[in-house]
Parts: sequence; structure tokens; C-alpha cells
Amino acid sequence: MTPGVTDAVVTRGLTKRFRGGQVAVADLDLNVPQGSVFGFLGPNGSGKTTTIRMLLGLVSPTAGAVTLLGEPMPRSAAAALPRVGALIEGPACYPFLSGAVNLARLDAADRTADPATRHNRVNEALERVGLLAARGKRYKAYSLGMRQRLGLAAALLRPRELLVLDEPTNGLDPQGTREIRSLVRAVADEGSTVFLSSHLLAEVEQVCTHAAVLSHGKLVAVGTVESLRTAAAGHLVVRTPDVGLAVTTLRGLGIPDVSADGDQVTAAADSVPPEVACAALVADGVRVQALAVQRPSLEEAFVALTGEGFDVTE
Amino acid sequence: MSLSETIASTKPARATAASNHLGLLRSELTTLFRRLRTLAILTCLAGVPVLLAVAVKVFSAPSGPNDGPPFLYQVASNGLFVALTGLVVTLPLFLPLAVGVVAGDSIAGEASQGTLRYLLVVPTGRIRLLLVKLATVLIFCLVAAFVVALAGMAIGAVLFPLGPVTLLSGDTIGAGEAFARGLLVAGYLGLSLAGLAAVGVFISTLTDVPIAAMAATVTLAIISQIVDSIPQLHAVHPWLLSHYWLAFGDLLREPIYTPLIARGLALQLGYVVVFGLLAWARFSSRDILS
Repeated sequence: MTPGVTDAVVTRGLTKRFRGGQVAVADLDLNVPQGSVFGFLGPNGSGKTTTIRMLLGLVSPTAGAVTLLGEPMPRSAAAALPRVGALIEGPACYPFLSGAVNLARLDAADRTADPATRHNRVNEALERVGLLAARGKRYKAYSLGMRQRLGLAAALLRPRELLVLDEPTNGLDPQGTREIRSLVRAVADEGSTVFLSSHLLAEVEQVCTHAAVLSHGKLVAVGTVESLRTAAAGHLVVRTPDVGLAVTTLRGLGIPDVSADGDQVTAAADSVPPEVACAALVADGVRVQALAVQRPSLEEAFVALTGEGFDVTE
Repeated sequence: MSLSETIASTKPARATAASNHLGLLRSELTTLFRRLRTLAILTCLAGVPVLLAVAVKVFSAPSGPNDGPPFLYQVASNGLFVALTGLVVTLPLFLPLAVGVVAGDSIAGEASQGTLRYLLVVPTGRIRLLLVKLATVLIFCLVAAFVVALAGMAIGAVLFPLGPVTLLSGDTIGAGEAFARGLLVAGYLGLSLAGLAAVGVFISTLTDVPIAAMAATVTLAIISQIVDSIPQLHAVHPWLLSHYWLAFGDLLREPIYTPLIARGLALQLGYVVVFGLLAWARFSSRDILS
């Protein structure tokens, strides 16, 4: 790896305005630390794919700069891209060619790849995604899941310093999703950086170390997954038969957002330590059956950041 | 071994760069010729001289030079003429159609299929990909013309006698030399389609819809021939793609009359350069959104 470069991907002021005037990505500053598994989150249409296409030199930015593995893009694409494996908006292959021939064609297009080792590397990549048995089958006979795996195999044809995976588990069954997850972990353990775009938050929560959230082309949050989750407000939940009393006590402590539902009282966490709240409840004679601080899932944090419904904003 | 060392060790020496360019061309050619559509087009092209020869064999031979397409009346006496007749018959529409399909599909087909983005992030290099595509379509032009010629010679040899051929200049040459002249005509016509191929590749960089690029390319070939047939428009005739196509007759003289052949080839080269540059200008800066 190039010495002195600590981030696999750096963008500064990255902006893409399409000819119609629509701004897909606005002033994006992103740092993807080397060796991280970086989740790139955002609802459909938030600019994730346009960003990925700019990172890989497929789309030229209207403004701003991209540095990929220390190389400026798209100027030094020839130096940077052989070290990058990518799956962009689903797999795409020649339907009339077999999986192995499709991979060999992509490898033949790479002028830095050694033709002598091609056969072995194709087989290794196919084996890694569990497609070795289907190597001679034509792509058009592949199921959606098999196609997705073949796309991943193409990204793994050579050892890569960076893997860019755009929705890699789309169309996969639960087993397939798990396999991809373990594959991502294995690649990360080898020291590669993984840039994973997804709208499946459970996915990101399980494999990613870092995440960024994009909404309407703008970065709304970025950091470690842990910090994103805790940034969203947690809840203090108390279960008790003495609901009315508990509400009075908690309000008396100055805790905001206190509400009751059945035998459960919910309040905002973090304004008062839970052990203080608990002691106050018990002192007031509230029979506390359970008391817990619930941290929101990444999904709740995500919705809080990007808005709930199906509204399409211009 | 660290990851970067592994990556460095998989990097071949500079010396293999040339062989890697050839590797991409080979991959492109096998992809094209493995495709059912390409094989179907070539089969149909080969079927034209076969149809001509069988028709002449089964029914009566034409009574004179004005009965049917040029050279047809000589087919029954000499099988080598099947190839020439086949080329003349396929030249106005069938050959341009074949070239239009392959050239129109070259970039737009990859774009609509989504394989273009993967080829580019390999990275293939946009200029390199464009050059390989252009080379592939040019090779296809030659293959298409030779398929017609060779199929015609083969069926001609099976159904009719072979013998000395009287050239347009009145000289007579042996069957062996006539065979060579036939291949020369096929080569000239193959190269005469090069300009159309370059136009097709350029159009193909403008769209993600391959069928649109194919139709536009074939349309231009037809327009060129229509304009070429209007005497009032003679000022533009020397610049038309199809203007020197029929100059192949000069290859059937003794000695070969070269001025029009040379002008035809120079014109095709001009088209390849101009439209190759236009394609490069368009393709090198285009946003790949498919």
C-alpha cells in the first residue's frame, strides 16, 4: 500500500449535477479509512450509485475531487482500478457465454493481469463464491443469486486492496446473504478495505465498522457504526403495575417525553442516569418489574436521519 | 506475503503489454463469433450464393448478360462466377446490414447489457476499448465479404465446371488466378465497408439502445446509395461511402486498373479516421450510466 496514505477513498466537495439540472450528489466529503468495512447507506435515489460511479471513473464529477487508493480519479484510473474490485448495480455478463468464459473475458481486458495464471484465478474466484460446479453453464441459465455471485467472483479475480460492493446481497436467499457476509469479513480480514453500499441496515450493522448516511445527495451522518447508533436518542423503559405513579416520579426528575402505554412507561434516556431514575422510582413506592435503556437499532437511527415515508423530494 | 506484495507479484512485466492488447482483441473476436446472431448473419450471407447457384442449376441458365444480376449468365459455364454474383447481390443491402448490426451493437450493446461498466472498471481504458471494438468490426467486414466469396466458390465448384475466365479487359486467365482475383474482390469489398463500420461504431457511442444504432447505420448506407444514384447531386458523389463500391470491377482487368480502387480505399480510410476520432471524442468523456 502506498505509504503515508491512510484512507482508501477520499472525496472532497464531490458534486454531480446532471444535464437536466438535477443534483444527484452535493458537496460530498468522504474519508474511507484503510482496512475498514465501510457501510454506505441511503434510501433509493439518494445518490449512492452516482457516487460509486464517480469513485470508479464511470461518471465525471461536475465539481470536486476523488482520490482512490492514493491516486487521483479519473486521471490515474489505470493505476488505481486494477487494485479495486467492484460490483455496481447488480451483475452484468454476456448471456451466451459461460460463467468461466465471462470471467476470463474480464481478465483479458485487464492489461495488468497475467494471462498465464488466468485459468487458475478464474477457478479460484468461482470456488470462493461457490460457483465452481456451474463454471461451464451459460450465464443466461444462472439464477439471480448465481449471477450475483458471479459478479462477486469477477471482483475477486485478483487480490484487491479495495472492494466496492453496491447492494451485494440483492436477490440472494438468506443462506446466500450469510455467505456474502462471511465473504466480506474474510476479505476484510485479509487487509482489504470494503466499501459496501446497502439499504439493508441489519446487514450493515452486522459487518461494517464504519458507515456514512446519504440523503438527497448530501451526507447526513458519518462515523463508526457504534457512534451512529448512540447518536440517536435512546429510551428508558419501565414496566410496572403503578403506571400513574411512575409517570409522576419520572416527570418530577425532569425527564422529557414521558408516556405510558399499558403497564409500560417510556421516557427519554440520557437526561438522568438510569440508576438514579430507578432509585427514585423505588423510593416513591413504584413496584418496578423491569427497567431498561433501549438503544435504537441502526434502522431507527437511519430513519431518524433520512425521514420516514415514501416522499420523493425534488 | 502482504496484500500489496501479492498484488505486485501478479503484475506482469511491461513486455507482455502488447500480448495483452492482442488478448483483448482475441477475447472480443471470440465473443463476437461465438454469438448465435453473428453466426446466423454469416450463414444467411453464405446462403445467398448457394441460392443463386442452385437456382441456375435447377432452372435454366440466364439467356444473356441482361437477364438477372451481373455475371449471373456466366455462372453455368464457370462456377467461379457464383462468388462474384453473390458479392454483387449482397453489396447494396445485405452486407451493409450485417456490418450495421455488428457495428451498431459494438458499444451500445455493451451499454444496454451493463457489461460496459464492468469492462471500464477493469480498467480496460476507454480508448483501448474503442480501438479494439473498431478493429473487431473491421475484421468482421472482411470476414463477411470472404464468407460470401468462399461460399460462392465452393458451391460453384460443386455444381458447375471450373475453367479459364475471360476478364473485362478481354484477356483470359487460368482458374487458379481467377480464384485469387475473386479473393481480391472480396478483400476490396470488405475494406470498402470499413467506413460504414466506423460510422456505425460512432453512432453506437451515442446511445444505449443497440437497435437504434444498427438501424441508423444501415439507413446511412442506403441514403448513400440513393444520393449516389441521383446525377444532379454529382458534386457530393466522390464523398459518399458507397461511391467506389462497384470499382471492384477494375480488379478484373489485366493489368489491374488501380486509380479508382486506390481512391475508394483512401476514402474508406478517411471515414475510419474521421468517425474514429468523433467516436473517441464522444466516448472518452461520456458518463456511463447504464
